[in-house]
Amino acid sequence: MNIAVCVKQIPDPAVPGELDPESHTLHRVGKLILDESDSFGVEMALQLADKAGGGDVTLISMAPNNEVSGLRTALAMGAAKAVLVSDPALAGSDALSTAKVLAQAITRAGDVDLVLTATESTDGYTGTVPNQIAQLLGWPSLTFAKHVEVEDGKLTIRRQTEAGYDVVESSLPAVVSVTAGVVEPRYPSFKGIMAAKNKPVDQCTVADLGLSSDDVGWSGARQEITNVAAAPAREAGEKVEDDGSAHERIVAFLEALKVI
Amino acid sequence: MDFSFTESECDLVSLCREFAQKEIAGRAPKAWEEARCPTDLLREMGALGLLGILIPEQWGGIGMSTVGFVAAMEQIGLADQSVAAAWQAHVTIGSLPLYLFGNDAQRERWLRPLAEGRALGAFGLTEPDAGSDVRGIRTRAVRRDGGWLINGQKTFISNAGTDMSFGVTLLARTEATEGQEPAFASFVVEKDTPGFTMGPKMRGIGWRGLDTRDLFFDDVWVGDDHLIGDPAMGLSQFLRTLEVGRISIAALSLSLTQAVLDMATDYARQRVQFGQPISKFQAVQFKLADIATELEASRWLTYRAAYLRDTGEPFLKEASMAKLKASRVAAWAASEAVQIHGGLGYMLETPVARFYCDSKVLEIGEGTNEIQHLVIARTLGC
Ligand SMILES: Cc1cc2nc3c(=O)[nH]c(=O)nc-3n(C[C@H](O)[C@H](O)[C@H](O)COP(=O)(O)OP(=O)(O)OC[C@H]3O[C@@H](n4cnc5c(N)ncnc54)[C@H](O)[C@@H]3O)c2cc1C
Ligand SMILES: Cc1cc2nc3c(=O)[nH]c(=O)nc-3n(C[C@H](O)[C@H](O)[C@H](O)COP(=O)(O)OP(=O)(O)OC[C@H]3O[C@@H](n4cnc5c(N)ncnc54)[C@H](O)[C@@H]3O)c2cc1C
Repeated sequence: MNIAVCVKQIPDPAVPGELDPESHTLHRVGKLILDESDSFGVEMALQLADKAGGGDVTLISMAPNNEVSGLRTALAMGAAKAVLVSDPALAGSDALSTAKVLAQAITRAGDVDLVLTATESTDGYTGTVPNQIAQLLGWPSLTFAKHVEVEDGKLTIRRQTEAGYDVVESSLPAVVSVTAGVVEPRYPSFKGIMAAKNKPVDQCTVADLGLSSDDVGWSGARQEITNVAAAPAREAGEKVEDDGSAHERIVAFLEALKVI
Repeated sequence: MDFSFTESECDLVSLCREFAQKEIAGRAPKAWEEARCPTDLLREMGALGLLGILIPEQWGGIGMSTVGFVAAMEQIGLADQSVAAAWQAHVTIGSLPLYLFGNDAQRERWLRPLAEGRALGAFGLTEPDAGSDVRGIRTRAVRRDGGWLINGQKTFISNAGTDMSFGVTLLARTEATEGQEPAFASFVVEKDTPGFTMGPKMRGIGWRGLDTRDLFFDDVWVGDDHLIGDPAMGLSQFLRTLEVGRISIAALSLSLTQAVLDMATDYARQRVQFGQPISKFQAVQFKLADIATELEASRWLTYRAAYLRDTGEPFLKEASMAKLKASRVAAWAASEAVQIHGGLGYMLETPVARFYCDSKVLEIGEGTNEIQHLVIARTLGC
């Protein structure tokens, strides 16, 4: 079974980010890393391919400046190869443009039975890309999977709900977004890290995918960032000193909030 | 002299840092409290390739340089000393005799599982009546039925009694009768071999996560294929692996000193007495500055010994010097770091107390510091 995993490479969340004052977008300088949310999809794919007794796990990513650092991490975990779309024309791409690019890249990878994504990215978190990819490919979309199984060409997931989970079945090929915790991602081994350096990364541009630059980036975006404001500072809370009646005031406060 | 790391050494350090901080630091202290060897962590380190760090790929290892091993140890030991101690005993005395002196069949049978991280290695040298005086060992192997019959006792042996242990490589006397010219040889004794038994896990001041026991050999018979290397050269063979063990204990010491320095510095900056952080008092600052300086001095002694080994130069003297210096610094620094923490530093609820407990053994294991003095003095011509 061949599985494609969409992996986003993002600025290290541990490093404080900065916005470009002109475009109001995140400064993407320096090394990007594998979005931790996507490490679950990579692990799930490796386990599914293993269980199926073979097949390739291919990474699909769109990122600026031919960035491969995050891809190398996922390749070190065991993925076989990657398709990376990088093009200055992609700057400013909204979620739909991103999905168009990723869908084309999946088609380019060829012969894919299953696409895995995270439910939302750590930095953009619109949570819309997985459904859009499925729509563009014309494949079923299954979301919020906390358990994934493939048997005899049939896909079964447990879809996380507030109350528990729904069991959802589908034919293949399909697009599945997996939650954090679907599986425990492995640490890349030293041998994996060394091997990853020589695994193939198919680097391509918007034109290579047969897309027009007008459909992506700032020109294709259906969204515009008009202004950005700092989040308001949190106001100081109310201090309740116990003079014997503190419990009454706390109860009154919680009632006002309608939490009790 | 160039001590900068190669790309693969850098990759190894990042891998160790991440695993040490995310997994070992969180899980190992509990094992220490419970005086249990965390073999779950050691198995995971095995999956990463770390248990075969000094063994070539041909035998299942990752063929790392000694410099890379020291750098990796600095990361692992920063998180927990018991895990690092078990790891280093496996990597050096537990694996190297099999690699350096075993034949290919023995390497395939015993070394590969160790290097691939599926089993834990141990070496048994010390006995109740023979520690520093290695030649005084009494465990004896005599020719019997086309193999060897082993009788004796080993003490303080690390890594032999865990659920991951494969057995032990031990040193025994092989001269046919007493009074003859002494000869020594190494043998592999697998666990569950009839006559091979163990005492309970011993309780140390520190390294409580390390499994250390007495081993007993009562009429243990092993075939010739269990004899490692030249039947008469066992002692000199083992002493050669100890040289690497010394670099390893030096590296472990570096990690301890770095850990207690970090803790003491953080604490000094936040603990307020007499209206200011105690880090503003010169007496405290000087302690921290001294620790940092001594750490740097021991670090470069250790990396130099490692570098000499990697370049094929003799490193006996340098390894002893590194072990002597780095372990002394570690034991002293741990005591000073506790002092900076005051009463809190004495309480086992505080990590610095655990590292303090772990520090003393560094001056004892893998050749006491007095023995390091002897080795160094001998190289001076004494
Ligand atoms: C203002 C702006 C500027 C941008 N500039 C650039 C740019 O210069 N270059 C560029 O390449 N992109 C650029 N992007 C695209 C952006 O980084 C996101 O990929 C895109 O907006 C998807 O939105 P999201 O992160 O909210 O996706 P979500 O819907 O939250 O993502 C869900 C899942 O889809 C998958 N996924 C999402 N994005 C990607 C991706 N890029 N690659 C692989 N898998 C993915 C992941 O599995 C992810 O967890 C820009 C976006 C904006 C809004
Ligand atoms: C936690 C732990 C784990 C261990 N793991 C192992 C293991 O896996 N395998 C193994 O074989 N051993 C192991 N050992 C044993 C360790 O190597 C010995 O304890 C060490 O070599 C010292 O030997 P000893 O205890 O017999 O001390 P002794 O040799 O009896 O020494 C007692 C004191 O006398 C001093 N002394 C001895 N001879 C001289 C001299 N000539 N000049 C000056 N001073 C001298 C010593 O320095 C020491 O201070 C371990 C020990 C510990 C504590």
